[in-house]
Amino acid sequence: MTGIGGGLGIKAKHQRLVLLVIALVVLIGAGLLAAWALRNQASYFYVPSEIVAKPPSPDRAVRLGGMVEKGSLHGAPDGVTIDFVVGDGKARVPVRFAGIVPSLFVEGSGVVAEGKMGADGTFIADNLLAKHDEKYVPREMQDMTTDQAKKVVAETK
Amino acid sequence: MTAEFGLAALWLAAALAALQLVAGALALTERAAAMGDVVRPVAVVQGLLALLAFAALIRVFAVTDLSVKLVALNSHSMKPLIFKIAGAWGNHEGSMLLWVTIMGLAGGFVALVERRLPERTMLATLAGQAFVSLGFYAFLLIASNPFERLDPVPAEGNGLNPLLQDLGLAFHPPTLYIGYVGLSIAFGFAIGALVTREVGPAFARAMRPWVLGAWIFLTLGITAGSYWAYYELGWGGWWFWDPVENASLMPWLAATALLHSASVLASRNALRAWTVMLGVVAFSMSMIGTFLVRSGILTSVHAFAVDPERGSFILALLAINIGGALTLFGLRASTVTEGERFAVVSREGALVINNVLLSAILGIVLFGTLYPLFAEALGAKVSVGPPYFNPMTALFFVPMLVVLAAGPLLRWRRDDLGRFGKRLFLPLALVVTVALALLLIGGVGVLPFVGLAMGAGLALASFLPLRDRNLRRTPLPIWGMVTAHFGVAVALLGMASESAFSIEKLVAVHAGETTAVGPWLVRLDAVEPVAGPNWTALEAKLKVRYSDARPTTMRPQARSFWAPPQQTSESALLTRWNGQLYAVLGEEATDGRWQLRLWWKPFVTLIWLGGFLIALGGLLSMFGRIASDLRRIVARGKIAYRRERQGR
Repeated sequence: MTGIGGGLGIKAKHQRLVLLVIALVVLIGAGLLAAWALRNQASYFYVPSEIVAKPPSPDRAVRLGGMVEKGSLHGAPDGVTIDFVVGDGKARVPVRFAGIVPSLFVEGSGVVAEGKMGADGTFIADNLLAKHDEKYVPREMQDMTTDQAKKVVAETK
Repeated sequence: MTAEFGLAALWLAAALAALQLVAGALALTERAAAMGDVVRPVAVVQGLLALLAFAALIRVFAVTDLSVKLVALNSHSMKPLIFKIAGAWGNHEGSMLLWVTIMGLAGGFVALVERRLPERTMLATLAGQAFVSLGFYAFLLIASNPFERLDPVPAEGNGLNPLLQDLGLAFHPPTLYIGYVGLSIAFGFAIGALVTREVGPAFARAMRPWVLGAWIFLTLGITAGSYWAYYELGWGGWWFWDPVENASLMPWLAATALLHSASVLASRNALRAWTVMLGVVAFSMSMIGTFLVRSGILTSVHAFAVDPERGSFILALLAINIGGALTLFGLRASTVTEGERFAVVSREGALVINNVLLSAILGIVLFGTLYPLFAEALGAKVSVGPPYFNPMTALFFVPMLVVLAAGPLLRWRRDDLGRFGKRLFLPLALVVTVALALLLIGGVGVLPFVGLAMGAGLALASFLPLRDRNLRRTPLPIWGMVTAHFGVAVALLGMASESAFSIEKLVAVHAGETTAVGPWLVRLDAVEPVAGPNWTALEAKLKVRYSDARPTTMRPQARSFWAPPQQTSESALLTRWNGQLYAVLGEEATDGRWQLRLWWKPFVTLIWLGGFLIALGGLLSMFGRIASDLRRIVARGKIAYRRERQGR
């Protein structure tokens, strides 16, 4: 392998070229890979009517945002699993979550659930984002409360 | 009065920054060269005035002067003093003032001590620095005045977000800011060197301590921020690929690349244009980070104010600074002469590949962070998380680890692959051994598997540069390199171990009940109410026992703050040499049981220990460089003195 490490002089120009080519290949490769992965793996935000109309495949992580329906919240006997229904006035999606719920998670308020859509139509959440206070609102929730929430209120009245 | 005094100091500092810019730029022309004399003193005074303004802000926060709008919005008279003071920069305006203060002081320090560069380059550097500062002064004075008064004066303040009422907060943002701003000095040097076309080893040597310093603070800031998220958020994770975390990671990646290419330029006079380019990129990443965090475009505990005017202002600053610098680079890059040549298989070659891989990771993180913003502008809601970041960064991080292990064992200029292979034999053998052992255990995911095997090999390889050296005579920068590289291995082992061997348990138990998590037995003794200075809490008393060791008590809390009203969960951590037990108290179930979330995380502490080792390596290296610079200055002084005597 002394050829590569060998003489400088004229060959040095080639050495620079080799490094430059490596650099370009790696950087362009990274850019293309990133673009490809972002198209494939970005997780999208759904409201109930969308997720019911066109459910994402069960292995894809998505976010589901909506209102926790009044009277739908039930605790399972194990003490850590809860079931509730998220709705947007047009559709309802049952959600199951095992874990410690955020302190401001209550029936009748907005929630964003992160997780996957189960094959049986239940959304299995591994994280819940609730409205913390008026200063810290999950970004999707902000729109939720302005657009959807108004509709929800209007339609349920 | 204090507030008006601070505001006046701020205006004056801004005026001096303008003077510094104009005088510095004019002094570069033949006719007004005399203007150059004022630039250095002006830079020093500008820094001191910014410091005065910042001191005034600390003062109004410390005495809770509620007639100042910022205090009324973000503080509360009942808050402990340390959080009152930390609250001064725990908000948008205060943090921007902290930014310009650090920037002004750093600029003043450069003006005071840096004498190695040609004077014209220094003038251009200080003028460039003033240009950047001026943008931030304008931003503060026009769009985010921290000293604005409030009329009528409210009876009480709004308080500080409880998540931020933590000692970690007192040091985390200033640490990161020093890092960001240190890179602005590197940026200034890059501009100065481009303007006067003096891109050479002297430029790299002048810039290097600043890059090193910034890099040390960024490393510490990221490490501390990661630990803060780990224990304060109570989610058990240590890195979430949150845009705000990425905002601190991106400048760090750029600074790491810059550090390595600057050392090639300083000692081998190669990679000239590339180093200048990285100087521009590194500070651009700091600015993008600030934009992401401070514009309110993201929602997180860091996004203090959602104000479109401010967002556009920072965006404009960003465009002017980065665009201007890149244009200057484009105009001047062709006049930067080619440096020394080297072969592909050489230390320089390895450093180039390391730089390229770091840039690739930087690009991936940048894309992933900005993509949701672009998508949202086009009307689509997208969130990008670990399923994107983990495999994509790993793809480039793993080859980078190979280069990291191999590079320091290569010779400068050119080396022979055969000889070099022998040097890497031991670490390779270790990687294979660990990999085989893990295959026997089974059940370890791909990324942790690679991490454990590579981490072990790298831990060994990082010490190999010391093998043929006399340890007493090994220069400090070499020790620094070894320590930092070893730190990367340690952090990697911690990350891989946490993800491979963590055990999580979520249960609901009655008082008196015992549950097992990994080698631990955890008994819930009682849940009792407790009170703090500005909160009340429910506190669980957990008796925990590691296999047959003596039992210890852990006390996780669910806290309720009353100003502003908000609940947080205070996790409890128990550290052993071989890992941490992590406990979070949840809600009370209807039948009197309490939810507990428990994790046993073997060797998780290595993550942050590794971070500190990396920073320590930087510190050793910086001390070594500064010491040798001082020696050189003293030696030069002696020669000059001798000549003078002979001359007489």
